[in-house]
Amino acid sequence: MASDLALDSARSVARSAREPGSGICFEDVTVAYKGTVVLERFSLTVAPGEIMAIIGPSGSGKTTALRAVAGFVRPVSGRIQIGERDVTDLPPYERDLGMVVQNYALFPHMRVDENVAFGLRARKEADTTVYGRVQECLRMVGMLNYARRYPRELSGGQQQRVAIARALAIRPRVLLLDEPLSALDAQIRRSMLDELARLHRELPALTVLYVTHDQTEALTLADRIAIMRDGRLVATGRSHALYRLPTNRFAAEFLGRANLLTVRREATSGAGSASDGVFARVRFGDVSLLARSAEGVSAGDECLLCIRPHDIGLQRPPAPVNALVGTVQSVVWQGDLHNVTLDLGADLGADLRGDLAGDRGDSILRLVSLPLREPPQPGDRLEVFFAPEDAVLIPAEAAHA
Amino acid sequence: MLVWSRTGRAGAWGVLALLFGVVYGVPLVMIALASIAGQWNGALPSHLSLGHYAEALDGDSAAQLRVSIVTGAVASAVAMFLGSWAALALRNLRPAPRRLFDMVFFLPSAVPSVSVGLGLLVAFSRQPLLLNGTTLIVIIAHFVLISAFTYGNVSAGLSRLPPEFELVAASLGARPGYRLRRVTLPLLTPYLIAAFSLSFAMSMGEVGATIMVYPPGWVTLPVGIFALTDRGEVFAGAALTMLLAITTLIVLLGLSRIPTKAVTRQG
Repeated sequence: MASDLALDSARSVARSAREPGSGICFEDVTVAYKGTVVLERFSLTVAPGEIMAIIGPSGSGKTTALRAVAGFVRPVSGRIQIGERDVTDLPPYERDLGMVVQNYALFPHMRVDENVAFGLRARKEADTTVYGRVQECLRMVGMLNYARRYPRELSGGQQQRVAIARALAIRPRVLLLDEPLSALDAQIRRSMLDELARLHRELPALTVLYVTHDQTEALTLADRIAIMRDGRLVATGRSHALYRLPTNRFAAEFLGRANLLTVRREATSGAGSASDGVFARVRFGDVSLLARSAEGVSAGDECLLCIRPHDIGLQRPPAPVNALVGTVQSVVWQGDLHNVTLDLGADLGADLRGDLAGDRGDSILRLVSLPLREPPQPGDRLEVFFAPEDAVLIPAEAAHA
Repeated sequence: MLVWSRTGRAGAWGVLALLFGVVYGVPLVMIALASIAGQWNGALPSHLSLGHYAEALDGDSAAQLRVSIVTGAVASAVAMFLGSWAALALRNLRPAPRRLFDMVFFLPSAVPSVSVGLGLLVAFSRQPLLLNGTTLIVIIAHFVLISAFTYGNVSAGLSRLPPEFELVAASLGARPGYRLRRVTLPLLTPYLIAAFSLSFAMSMGEVGATIMVYPPGWVTLPVGIFALTDRGEVFAGAALTMLLAITTLIVLLGLSRIPTKAVTRQG
């Protein structure tokens, strides 16, 4: 009996995994509360089976975007599609999606199994279907042994697993996750991230919209990331590409705290051996550097050079292309790494130092290194190196945006 | 703990006990004593007997107690139903109209109950709405006086209910009716019970409005007590008062024992 059930559940998971998924499409969606626009002309397409993370600081409109898909807020203009269906005017209960919220929101007066069965009961599914599906979903999240407990008898991580099982029980095409891990402590958060990744491998057709303010969650889990700020989409792209090659200053800083140096692209077109249109030579004070070029950066333009702290090395490579010299400001040991901050200002021309006082760039360079046997001391002069492939230019217009 | 020393704490408790004793204890003890008194000429009553209780339980008073319980139960049930309905219907209203409705509901509790009684009497003494002299007008009077509290209680419960429960229920495919039945109302149960208990207790003790509108065939116990003591039968009145208090207490205790699973885990 039990093995039959296990087989059934495996089959049904496989079946639901084979069914084509539904994407989500925002078309120029604007949402306003009492005259205040919280989401402005938001357009985003999430492909079927994709995990899309929406990240941004609080108040950036990311949760509003998710709530618009769920049907909890009604856009003042624009359309929202789930699969082929325009759901803009549908009430939440007709949208066929699963949702998991930050505080779990398990119904406290129902046992775990009743919670998971809720969506199926609301759809008036037959008892046998409900029973099988509840077992299947609880097994998937490893909570089968807790079926008869009440939510208050479970830990936060367990409650969130049940909440995920409850959302999956109705076999939604789309799963909405609204900061699902924010209420959990760091260790459980990491294991839940792995768990979510595993679930998506088991249910590859499931489209996931994941709202978070945590860049690590987004980078770990998402195929693509959308960055929001002040109700607008600032940048979007495949997670890896967006991290490696951010298209504007906000994206660079919000996703992984990049170093941003104000530089000027050199007027000469012949920019060195590596320059085949992809790379460009720039000046930072008196120093000449080579970096990945970007659209919108023309010769002579002032722009930002973005370089990740972990891409900066202390060891001189055989043929160094980019080198910077600065004064060590601080060295902080964090167990598995050293954080070093370097002040480049002292080595720059006086006029450029004046520029740096503005908000366009930084004369401080942060770098992260594996633990050093003999770490530099504050006040030391230090030469650091980075590869042109790891540095990318960001247009000034975008930098000022 | 504001008071640290042992004697200081004992003193504080002593003062508290004295205050409570004087304010709550003494009147209750006096009524309890009076209810079993045959005579009361000295400092303490004499000729103690349970005669007043025996009379109370087989005469008109038993009928009055029944009338009180029925009135309290019906008025409280109606108030709970309509108060919850109003609270649910009005909760998503904008603040300005919301305040107006709140005022409409709370007005009767701010007006003296005698005025409410008089108002009902004047309003329903003529055709087409001739309710004067009916049982219904008593229940309406009680409803008007207690509905503010049920509305207030349920509104407070709704405002403390995290919105996520209903949103998640909706996302899982629960239509509004199903959501109300399976999620909202169960989570509101503690507030509904509190609302009913408070209404019932208030109705059981109501005399001001009832005395203006009650018909001869529907005398509530407080009205009976008032009539008895008015005629000078203080000891019989005291016995009925004790009966009223005990009955109310039993009902409230019973209500408080209804299990509610709607306890949210915090943190």
